[in-house]
Amino acid sequence: MNRILLKGGRLLCPASGLDQTGDLLLEDGRVAELGGEIAAADAQVFDCRGLVVAPGLIDLHVHLREPGHEYKETIASGTAAAAAGGFTAVCCMPNTEPVNDTRAVTELILERARGASARVYPIGAITKGLAGAELTEMAELAEAGCVAFSDDGRPVPQARLMRRAMEYAATFGMPIVCHCEEPSLSAGGQMHEGPVSTRLGLAGIPAEAEVLGVERDLALARLTGARVHIAHISCADSVQALERAKAAGARVSGETAPHYLMLCDADVGEYDTNRKMNPPLRSPQDRQAVRQALAQGVIEAVATDHAPHSVLEKDLEFDQAAFGVTGLETALGVMLALVEEGLLTLAQVIERMSAAPARLLGLPGGRLEEGGPADVVVIDPHRPWTVTPDQFRSLSANNAFLGRRLPGRAVLTICGGRITHRLEDAL
Amino acid sequence: MSGWNRRHLLGLEGMSAAEIELVLDTAASLKEINQRTIKKVPTLRGRTVVNFFYEPSTRTRSSFELAAKRLSADTFSLSASTSSLTKGETLVDTARNLEAMAPDVIVIRHSSAGAPHLLARHVKHASIINAGDGTHEHPTQGLLDLMTIREHKGRLDGLEVAIIGDIAHSRVARSAIIGLNTMGSRVRVYGPRTLLPPAVETLGVSVAGSMAEALEGVDVVMMLRVQRERLKDVLFPSLREYAQRFGLAPHHLKHAKPDVIVMHPGPVNWGVEMSPAMAEGPWSVILEQVANGVAVRMALLYLLLTGEAP
Repeated sequence: MNRILLKGGRLLCPASGLDQTGDLLLEDGRVAELGGEIAAADAQVFDCRGLVVAPGLIDLHVHLREPGHEYKETIASGTAAAAAGGFTAVCCMPNTEPVNDTRAVTELILERARGASARVYPIGAITKGLAGAELTEMAELAEAGCVAFSDDGRPVPQARLMRRAMEYAATFGMPIVCHCEEPSLSAGGQMHEGPVSTRLGLAGIPAEAEVLGVERDLALARLTGARVHIAHISCADSVQALERAKAAGARVSGETAPHYLMLCDADVGEYDTNRKMNPPLRSPQDRQAVRQALAQGVIEAVATDHAPHSVLEKDLEFDQAAFGVTGLETALGVMLALVEEGLLTLAQVIERMSAAPARLLGLPGGRLEEGGPADVVVIDPHRPWTVTPDQFRSLSANNAFLGRRLPGRAVLTICGGRITHRLEDAL
Repeated sequence: MSGWNRRHLLGLEGMSAAEIELVLDTAASLKEINQRTIKKVPTLRGRTVVNFFYEPSTRTRSSFELAAKRLSADTFSLSASTSSLTKGETLVDTARNLEAMAPDVIVIRHSSAGAPHLLARHVKHASIINAGDGTHEHPTQGLLDLMTIREHKGRLDGLEVAIIGDIAHSRVARSAIIGLNTMGSRVRVYGPRTLLPPAVETLGVSVAGSMAEALEGVDVVMMLRVQRERLKDVLFPSLREYAQRFGLAPHHLKHAKPDVIVMHPGPVNWGVEMSPAMAEGPWSVILEQVANGVAVRMALLYLLLTGEAP
């Protein structure tokens, strides 16, 4: 029998309102006992006094790069990075090679994910080959294990096709995750359009390119009644649009990423390609609006948009470099910094990184309860560390927070009762 | 006046007025060499200057080459068509390979904004001079513009300068605006809104509402080159309308100060941004700009390689 006993930690589960000091016993991949003082013979015991014991974090938005781009990341390395960051489950986007637009690719991903360091929930493509022309066989993809559909990285170009995608997915109760962008407005852009892009002489991506996409997809969500989730919200007007759509009764939700909460366009600095992603880092006013939206719950979830790229795509002229940054291993630390700033409570951070993502895509986990999966993260909120490339478990180091000091981190991650990450000397 | 402490010249942004003055004073003292019969001094003998041009350029490249040769430095040129660029070598790779040959200065012209900054992060010893990066900066052009203005006006502070045309895609305009602001002049810009960058006023300029307003009381007019490929981006409807509304003709100059000078980074599209009649008047200082370009580049090579005023 595999038993793990976490002693004396602060048990923090926002989904069930639990916040008390006590023990947690995991047995055969399940939560066996929760709270109070637990005695268990032959269990592996961890002294969690002074630490936070929370549901394993869930990331709605990662790129694991396998199959096809294994030099950037694999399912093994990406889930190892997830575990190191406190995540026990990740949803992987379909822009692999081949694209995850058929049962065979979904099954391959799930096969490779067996025994990996985190649960992997594939998100299938909306259109075949992400080409924006024909719908994928969504029912079959769902049956194979896809939890949602998205053409992430590319907006679905035609409103009519997006409408059909939402309607068809709704037939099977499946959500659509929208990458919102009006490509004719953003074309050629390298960073947020504003004073900084003007100063650096880089072509801009106006916030309105995102907003037009968000408004379109929210309007289509109202039209179709489909379950629609807006990915990587980066600007104030998108937040307002989301708020209005919710008030109008649409079944919509949104996520943002730690870099939009912590950084802004000025942080592109002297053409730092590790600060280049799409949507781009926005103005300080946008950042403030996104922060408030997350604090108030208008934006429900934090997702990393973990997008590994090698030096081959990043050690280039800024306009030649690929969009995207890694995030799995720094997300929690950045969010803990926002707790220190007073934007969110620790409970809110846990909620937006576990319970909310689970709820939004209907995934298991996200709470600590007897009989539930033994997906747990132990966090030391006061264990400062500096982000350096050598400590990443991701195969790529294109992280926007390199050199930053973060206030804390995951010290122990347990997925399905198995220890997937343990910080030596921490407990 | 302080000495020279910079290893690279990546842009005019961040340069102090004292540093700019040091460059201009050095250029003024070296300019005389260009009028001698024997146009060569031994100052940089044994030093190597690489001209690394990813974008076609005749004028800037020959200007750098002359500047280096007149100071007795050895030079060689690489262009995109002759370098391994066409073989898929990255800029960083090329930089490392170049550096293995131990050049003292790498002059780089590149279509990507920030390419010189990337190069500067990867070379260990050489100095980098930005000879124009995308739509970012063209600092040696900015300095030669300042030098030309100072020669005519005797000063750089308190002048009124109009820059007219495609500000958005002009690295010349960016460097000129930064340099003029640093030196205490006021800059106004004018052009179709499609050719003004977003939040242009944050560069420290005002935006004029008409040609007359742009030229009212100015000491200096700087016209920018219209790039015909902008037509494809539908940034303005036709060269005809551009010439009529944004082209400079002698009659416009009645709004300017009587001793106004007209500048252009060249080559001029006569009949587009400037009427052919502009070639005849007393205003044009375009050829002086070219001559000062050599002097300014000599000054920069000198300062970067010796780290002291002459």
